[in-house]
Amino acid sequence: MAKVKGSIVVNIERCKGCGVCVPACPTEVIALHDEVNGKGYHYAYMANPEACTGCANCAMVCPDAVITVYRMKVNE
Amino acid sequence: MAENITNKDIVKEENLVFKKTSLFTEKPLSYCPGCGHGTAHRLVLETIEEMGIQSETIGIAPVGCSVLAYEFMDIDMQQAAHGRAPALATAIKRLYPEKFVFTYQGDGDLAAIGTAETIHACNRGENIVIIFVNNGIYGMTGGQMAPTTLPGMKSSTSPYGREVISMGNPLKMTELVAQLPGTYYVTRQAVHTPGAVRKAKKAIKQAFENQKLNKGVSFVEIVSNCNSGWKMEPVQANEWMVENMFPFYPLGDIKVPAEQ
Repeated sequence: MAKVKGSIVVNIERCKGCGVCVPACPTEVIALHDEVNGKGYHYAYMANPEACTGCANCAMVCPDAVITVYRMKVNE
Repeated sequence: MAENITNKDIVKEENLVFKKTSLFTEKPLSYCPGCGHGTAHRLVLETIEEMGIQSETIGIAPVGCSVLAYEFMDIDMQQAAHGRAPALATAIKRLYPEKFVFTYQGDGDLAAIGTAETIHACNRGENIVIIFVNNGIYGMTGGQMAPTTLPGMKSSTSPYGREVISMGNPLKMTELVAQLPGTYYVTRQAVHTPGAVRKAKKAIKQAFENQKLNKGVSFVEIVSNCNSGWKMEPVQANEWMVENMFPFYPLGDIKVPAEQ
């Protein structure tokens, strides 16, 4: 059965740490990092990358468009 | 096999699903974290990119938080005096009827100082798109009460909540312009959830497509948050918006073209 695996790349220095992407993620992949970026914001990162399906919901709600989304089919 | 897949395998050009539109300039957006303006900007730019009209579009920036929209949008733009964006858009559209002309305005700009320009441009049926971002407050100047502030809503000039007896009723601009014969498409959307963003994108695209028909104003309101002005965290502000703004400003199409 083909399975979908996804991944996101966050432009860390452009992330403002608003956290709007966190509740938007249906598989609870995203969290705000303990560390901060150059502007002092706790940036978004994939805390649970295994669960990402590449649905792009996080990118849809990101006000600063810092999230790039990738998705591929994997045959098990 | 699936277990061996690493992020490096997935992050490849051929697997790309979503990336920031190239119509954004390199400047970082000046908006507060979590502000709906960024998403609204992106939807407008994505629509322009998908329609392939980057060189045929002229946007009008307002006064307010989004006054610097021309810094972020890689298209031809003008900036109007406070509230006068529909008047400027009228002039530009009449001089260049083949161009796509849109205004991007907040509620302090469109519903307060620009009420006359907005109503008359809508009534004349100018063939433009108006994007109206409504967060119920004057965001840039420090969260003062706007005409769109809800009854009981706290702002820096109504610290005990807006009292209708002394401060009047909020103004539903979108319902107002829907009554006018010059508007062709009037809708209210939001950008707080992925589903709402997709719907708002569809509405903005429809509005831009309508300009080809020469039928009048397409008016898209986007109910948005102002977490700095509302003194809330971004996610909390979105929840507050759903609970308080949406009952007063219900989402959905208000006026759709008759043949649809």
